[in-house]
Amino acid sequence: MTGQFLTKMGALSAAAMALTPTFAAAQEETGYTAGHPLPGQFHLQRSVTPIMDSITAFHDGILMWSISLIVALVLALLVWIVIRYNAKRNPVPAAFTHNTAIEVVWTVLPIVALIVIAIPSFGVLSDQLTTPDGERKYLGSNIFSFGEVEVPAPELTIKATGQQWYWDYEYVDQGVALTSIMMNETDRTATKPNQPRLLAVDNELVVPVDTTVRLQVTADPMGVIHAFAVPSFGVKIDAVPGRLNETWFNARETGLYYGQCSELCGKDHAFMPIAVRVVTKDEFAAYMTAFQAGDYNAGNATLAAVQ
Amino acid sequence: MADTTAHLEAHATGHDAASHHEPTGWRRWVYSTNHKDIGVMYLIFAIVAGILGGLLSGVMRMELQEPGIQIFHGLAAMVYGVDGDAALDAGKHMYNVFTTAHALIMVFFVVMPATMGGFANYFAPLMIGAPDTAFPRINNIAFWLLPPAFILLLMSLFFEGTGPGALGFGGGWTIYPPLSTTGHPGPAMDFAILSLHVAGVSSILGAINLITTIFNMRAPGMTLHKMPLFAWSVLVTAFLLLLALPVLAGAITMLLTDRNFGTAFFKPAEGGDPILFQHLFWFFGHPEVYIMILPGFGIISHIVSTFSRKPIFGYMAMAYAMVAIGFVGFVVWAHHMYTTGLSLDVQRYFVAATMVIAVPTGVKIFSWIATMWGGSITFKSPMLWAIGFIFLFTVGGVTGVVLANAGADRALHDTYYVVAHFHYVLSLGAVFSIFAGWYYWYPKMFGWLYNETLAKLHFWVMFVGVNLIFFPQHFLGLAGMPRRYIDYPDAFGFFNRISSIGYYITFVAMLIFFYATWEASRKKRPAGDNPWGEGATTLEWTLSSPPPFHQFTTLPRIESTNAH
Repeated sequence: MTGQFLTKMGALSAAAMALTPTFAAAQEETGYTAGHPLPGQFHLQRSVTPIMDSITAFHDGILMWSISLIVALVLALLVWIVIRYNAKRNPVPAAFTHNTAIEVVWTVLPIVALIVIAIPSFGVLSDQLTTPDGERKYLGSNIFSFGEVEVPAPELTIKATGQQWYWDYEYVDQGVALTSIMMNETDRTATKPNQPRLLAVDNELVVPVDTTVRLQVTADPMGVIHAFAVPSFGVKIDAVPGRLNETWFNARETGLYYGQCSELCGKDHAFMPIAVRVVTKDEFAAYMTAFQAGDYNAGNATLAAVQ
Repeated sequence: MADTTAHLEAHATGHDAASHHEPTGWRRWVYSTNHKDIGVMYLIFAIVAGILGGLLSGVMRMELQEPGIQIFHGLAAMVYGVDGDAALDAGKHMYNVFTTAHALIMVFFVVMPATMGGFANYFAPLMIGAPDTAFPRINNIAFWLLPPAFILLLMSLFFEGTGPGALGFGGGWTIYPPLSTTGHPGPAMDFAILSLHVAGVSSILGAINLITTIFNMRAPGMTLHKMPLFAWSVLVTAFLLLLALPVLAGAITMLLTDRNFGTAFFKPAEGGDPILFQHLFWFFGHPEVYIMILPGFGIISHIVSTFSRKPIFGYMAMAYAMVAIGFVGFVVWAHHMYTTGLSLDVQRYFVAATMVIAVPTGVKIFSWIATMWGGSITFKSPMLWAIGFIFLFTVGGVTGVVLANAGADRALHDTYYVVAHFHYVLSLGAVFSIFAGWYYWYPKMFGWLYNETLAKLHFWVMFVGVNLIFFPQHFLGLAGMPRRYIDYPDAFGFFNRISSIGYYITFVAMLIFFYATWEASRKKRPAGDNPWGEGATTLEWTLSSPPPFHQFTTLPRIESTNAH
């Protein structure tokens, strides 16, 4: 009985523990550049913004370590109890019911641990909800610092509107807009076979690299709530009818980054992905010029085709 | 003189027979005002609803076993007689209906009836030395409101939801407008609202009854601070029900009038705000999760103490930790809403408040461990479930600490990480505590012993199964898989497959459970008053098994301080 219990409990926790601190390392080693999940992925998606850097550092670091230690401690105590205090080895039970010292310890220690977690937690949160002004420093990966990453003030404003079931994007200051719809399998395999199923869209939202983008998110006033999310950017914000939510991102690598609607919105909730294409500043300028002179397709034609 | 005595005795017997009249047949159950009979009916109801809720999740896990849509378009084709794209669309809606129904059934018709209906009704009066509950007729109506509520919910599945050819409400158990108002114009949502109203009335009545019973009907000498911890957990939970459910009732009434009577509480086009509903819903919804788990805390305390043959460690801290959890549970609701656009200060507050809950929860976990420490433990099946509960609840608890941080929640919100988290505290926490209670009290309730080997087999198969379902879902969530998705990018296939295999194992575990229960009722091995020995010190073990139809005609007197 005892052995059985140990093995099963132990195996589970060992699996949990083995995965824990290796998250960050695994991310480095695989060296993937995808802006979408990879087969069997068990960690956060790759970060390309200072905000996702801080989320990754916060989660993979102090949070993962502290929760793993707590689970390991509880498991170790349970295992010890099973071994040491079973009726065979300990036929006469103790009768104690109180120990003020230990009760104070297990009340105070968790409080201290929570405070240690709260310090970077508040920093990470404040970064997310504070649009850069060009002077404020952001935490980036160093979540126990006072901020050392410089982020420029927003130079581009994009409004994303959730529809049932696709996204409308508007370059607010440029006065141009596009609609982005998931590709069905026939179209995807014909035109963008290298893009993942359910993530590939007809028209990607194009933004410049190393540029702070102010993102306004809402939903059709007569529609339902959606949520705009791009995991690699560390962005997730609800698209609520009648509300204009605001967030921001600053992507440091060109590429194609995918996200999916993250608030239940009806039958095609799983089929309204978000695709953001980050291009160089020059490419973006050419794209925007052509877009403003013609239409999205004209702008898109200035860029290498997405396959 | 002799005549007088005889007369008096006859009178006494006659009186006794009248007041202790034991009804038989259907009258005993339908008209029941007996807390034990009502408790048993609640448990049977929870089991029946649980079969349905569990099967719904089985179809969902079959669907999610592989990328692509494989089950639901066929299911829709069978139900609606449509095919092609129409079947696909109907299937997608039906998946959402299944997730919604699974959640509503499990929350309102399985966990709550099992803990606050079944175990609380049956054992809170026994533990405090009361002959019955304070309001037996309210007890009757509270139970009998549940079947109609359940039928209303089931009817909702067969009425139009989003439009022609899309039956049922598929907007999630959180019923957020506008998806639950303009998004579901059909009557399905109205049926769901009425179902929740009726279930809510049932729970509020039950809560009033339990609070009154515990405050007024404790045996002489049993002060609140000598009261068993399960009774404490029921008292705290009943207060949560009493304070939280009216808020839900208000919110869904506003939904109902928005839908049908031209009000605009949540309609942005007419000056309303859909986020208001989320605040109201989670003001109920967060206490609701503690409503589901707190009675489990009480059950686990007794089992741990019984099988360690040792009194509860830190009784006062254990009792007041539950009070603290119940209290703080009311001021943390918006941690479910970090992505709705709340301001930085509001999010900071809810992060801080939410993390505070980890402290009393930690006190409980460590106190259970300290209760076992130095004990002389026998690993009977209830104890296995209790130890399993402590470990799995810890896992679910620590992921809760992760999610409490709005900064980290940004990446995990509405992903499978959240699904994994709340199933660890509910499906593996609350449900394990229910099974622990079932195996602990089964001999008392029915007077029979179950087959210990079968009960242990049930535990081990279920332990493996549920962990296989839910542990990989943490990975899916970290990798970004959103919740409530009928189909997912192929990259998520691996862990979804493992998760589905876990479901099949859990299904086998449930078959073992039903077989074990059937076997016990067939073999009828007498349990005796107290099958657990000297460790079982609460009052229910002083009675016969099953207890007499009416117990404690002479109230027990609690003398010493070791009542707990």
